[in-house]
Parts: sequence; structure tokens; C-alpha cells
Amino acid sequence: MKVVVCMKQIPDPATPYRLEEGTNWLIRPEEQILDDTDRYGVEMGLQLAQDGDGTVTLVSMGPAGNGQGIRQALAMGADKAILVVDDSLRGSEALTTARVLSAAIQREDFDLVIAGTESTDGYSGVVPQMIAELLGVPALTYATRVETGEGSVKIHRQTLAGYDVVSSDLPALVTVTAGVVEPRYPTFKGIMDAKKKPIEQVTLADLGVERGPEQTVASIVDAAERVSGQKLEDDGEAHLAIVSLLEQRKVI
Amino acid sequence: MASIWVLVEQDGDKPTTLGLELLAKARELGEVTALLLGPGSDQVFATLGEHGATSVIHLDTGDRLPSAPVAAVLAERVASDSPDLVLFGQAYNDRDIAGRLAARLGVGLLSNAIDVRLGDDGVETDHEILGGTRIATARTSQAPFIVLVRPKSFVAGSVGGDAPAVEKLDLPDVGSAEARVEGSHIEEREGPQLGEASIVVSGGRGLGSPEAYQLVEDLGKQLKAATGATRAIVDAGWVPYSKQVGQTGKTVKPDVYIACGISGAMQHLVGMKDSKTIIAINKDADAPIFSIADLGVVGDVHKVLPKLIETLQAR
Repeated sequence: MKVVVCMKQIPDPATPYRLEEGTNWLIRPEEQILDDTDRYGVEMGLQLAQDGDGTVTLVSMGPAGNGQGIRQALAMGADKAILVVDDSLRGSEALTTARVLSAAIQREDFDLVIAGTESTDGYSGVVPQMIAELLGVPALTYATRVETGEGSVKIHRQTLAGYDVVSSDLPALVTVTAGVVEPRYPTFKGIMDAKKKPIEQVTLADLGVERGPEQTVASIVDAAERVSGQKLEDDGEAHLAIVSLLEQRKVI
Repeated sequence: MASIWVLVEQDGDKPTTLGLELLAKARELGEVTALLLGPGSDQVFATLGEHGATSVIHLDTGDRLPSAPVAAVLAERVASDSPDLVLFGQAYNDRDIAGRLAARLGVGLLSNAIDVRLGDDGVETDHEILGGTRIATARTSQAPFIVLVRPKSFVAGSVGGDAPAVEKLDLPDVGSAEARVEGSHIEEREGPQLGEASIVVSGGRGLGSPEAYQLVEDLGKQLKAATGATRAIVDAGWVPYSKQVGQTGKTVKPDVYIACGISGAMQHLVGMKDSKTIIAINKDADAPIFSIADLGVVGDVHKVLPKLIETLQAR
């Protein structure tokens, strides 16, 4: 099985995000990490590609930085990476991102494309579906379980009430939820091997892709701030303060 | 008058609350056509009319996965009918259809909006960013406009409209993009649902172990509350994804939200900061959750929760 996994390098969510003055674009530091939600996609890809001559190719877009996030995914076991880097892609909206990624994916021979359901830093939540449309394949989305058969794929698709069993022929695109598989931690050997694995950098011109329509951030204002109330140390009786507040609010 | 199309999904014998919220906004903006996704019924059509839809485009996908065929047929209709705005919710099928539709039409879309305005030269949307601390206003001027709105951004309400005209569309063959729904499984759900409950009790990593989530369940049971979780413990596999509250999970606005062992990452705050009353219990006195809590208890959830549960039980 030839698997392509879409992944993203993002600023560490544990650090406060900052916006560039003027454009209001997210400032991307030199050091970015693999988006945590993508670890599930990489792991899923590695498991499905285990059979015979399977391969896992990473596809990503954005400033390369020091490449740490991509090396993280390579260290888990992916074979190679294609990174689309182009200054003119700064501030891209979802459709441009999808066009770029689908053009990069089309350079590969693939049976299955795997992506997370949304990135942690941008979370538009529609890029994988757009990629599927551009590739002309089904998007089996929000998978909590993925199985492949001879030329087919079947998933458990998360719904509000539980899940649906959804299937299609390959090639197809699947988006995976966190928890679909347990991502492995890179081994020392994996980390060393990752340093030698190829990261191919391509530009917008290489792919022949046009940017999508312009969207601008017109303004940014502070949200109405919520004022905090009482704060108390638990002295063994703090639960009574909670009970008293619940009574005041008439919910008990 | 502007023409507004709204995707509304059917849940059992009624439209989803999210769909009705979108209708409430849409009727402020213009004349409303509901795009009903589901088997349809006279009762459902009537409800759409009561909430302001004057016409209905009925999309019944049966056992086909909706996104590809619905996007294909809507792309044709959007091109021929030129609605001023197509509204979707930030929900599973909505995202799938809107994404494919935008790609097919070659237009952008605006996602995660909390408000939308139509102007003479385009559409403006508001978005919460940086954990809800700031509001960004985005603008686009290339029609058709496709906007996805977060749940609970608007308040659903009937305005007593007449039964709408219903047109059922034939869904096209989508060839290699076809997928089938082989079956639906309803997970056994006890008690109130996250999106609708008036009290929500949630747990985070401060619980220390998956077993300790039982404390959240027990407190939830005492209060007839829905139970939620942070992304951290969902990712860790302690509880299912359906319980996740936050940016990538559910948005809740209950009367009372009780955060147990939750530090208050941006990702989580976005999904619950609009709760009427917030109670937080956390060991770390500097945890960000305390900055939005009406009552903050600096303490160990393993000590506070058992006492709280016991006190409530004794009442």
C-alpha cells in the first residue's frame, strides 16, 4: 500500500502565538514541531503500509524552518517527505493550501491519502475534503478506525450519536481523529535514520498551482474579557463553597 | 432581497439545533432556502418553514456518503441560481460538503465564523482567535460566499412561517469519489448530551489517571450533568473523542461548567468560556482556567471531588 500522509509543522502550542503586525499572519518561528494531530495520521500510515512494498510519503506546505517537525515524522518511520516552500504562499487560505497539497500528492503514485481532521494552528477543518475533491477521490472523514482490504478501505466515521461504517474503493482519502491509533515514539535509530532521509523541497512554480481567491483580515480587536470571581485555597471545606454557588445558581 | 442558502441536517424526525440556529441568522440576512440533508418528512419541512425557510431543496442521500454527490449537485445549482451566501455549520457533514463545494467552484470559504454580515461588496465574518482572546474580522469579495459557522453562535427560534415549497434534487453519479454508508451505530449514551445540558462537568490531565475520570462521571450523575473532557485526555485515550470540549471538539454554553483538573489551555477555553458560571478545581494556583472562573478552588481534585459528591448525595 502506497500511503501519502499530509502533515504540518506548527509553532509549539505550549508557547503563546503571536501575529505579525500589518498582515495579522501567525508568526512562524524557525523551530516548529509536528502538529500533534498529525502523529495519528503518520502512525496510521505506517501501520497500513506495513504490507510488502508499502511506502509512506509525507507531504507538507509551509516555511521549512529547521525542519524539526518533518524530522519528527520521518523519525517515526516515514520514508521521505515533500515540502512545498514558497514565499508567495504566506497567508494562504484553505483552497490554495488544498491545491498545493493535491498537486504535490499527484506527483506520487498513491493508494491512500491520510490527513488529520484539522490543524491545531489554523483549524479551518476543510482542507482534506478540498484535496479529495481536487483528486477526484472520496473523503472518508473523522475515522476512529481504519481497515484496508483488496482495493478498498473501510472506516468507522465519527457521528454525533456514535459512528457510521463507511467504505469505498481505493484510491481514497481518510481523515483520522486523535485516538485512532497509538502513535509510536521515535527510537534512537529512527531519529538517526531520519537525518539521512530525503526531504524534497518544491516551489509553487514546480507544481504549476495558482493561488486561490484573496481573503483579508480586516481588523482584530480584543474579545470582551471575562472577569474572574472568587478564588480560594482548599482547606478541606472548599466543596461547601461549590455547593453554595450551585444553590445560588438554582441548579441543585 | 439577498438570497441565503442554509444547509440543515435532519436528526431523527427534526432538523438539528445547529441547522435551526443558522436559519435564525439567515432570515435576518435575506430570503432563506434550506438545503435539507436527510430523508425529509412533512413535519421536518414544516419546522423549516416555521424557522424562516420559504423554500427547501431536499437532498436525500440514502446510503451514500453525502459529501461528493451533494457538493456536485450544489455546485451546479449555486452556479445557476447565484445565491448571495451559502451557510454551513462547523459540523461533520457540513465541513465535508462545504470543502468539496468550494474546491469544485474554485472559491474560498470562511470557516469557524461566529458572526456573518453581508455588505455591498462582499461578506464579512468574525472569528475567535488566539483562544478566544481576540476577535478577527475577515473579508472576502469573490462570490459565491461560503461560510461555516460555529455551533451556538446564534439562537434558534420559530417565527411561525408557512410550509415552504419543497424541491427534491436528483443526486448525480460521482464515479471514483463515491463512498457508501454500510451501517450506523448508536453508542449507548446515558444522561444529558454535552451540547444541550444545563450543567457540564469536565475533566483534564490533572485527574492523573483514566480511572480518576470516574469522579467526573459520579459528580455528573449527582448533578444530572453531561460529562466532558479536554483534548489532552482524549488524545491520551482516557475518554472517547465525543466528550471533547474545545476548539477541535464541542462548544458548550451551559448554566454551570465545572472544570476538574483542567489547566485551561487555549484549545479548551474556546469551547467553554461562554458558560454562564464557571467553577474550576485545580492544584496549580497559576492555572489560566482561574482567570475566567467565577469560583476557583486551588486544591486537589482527588480530595475535593469525593467530598463534593458525598455532600450532594446526602442532600
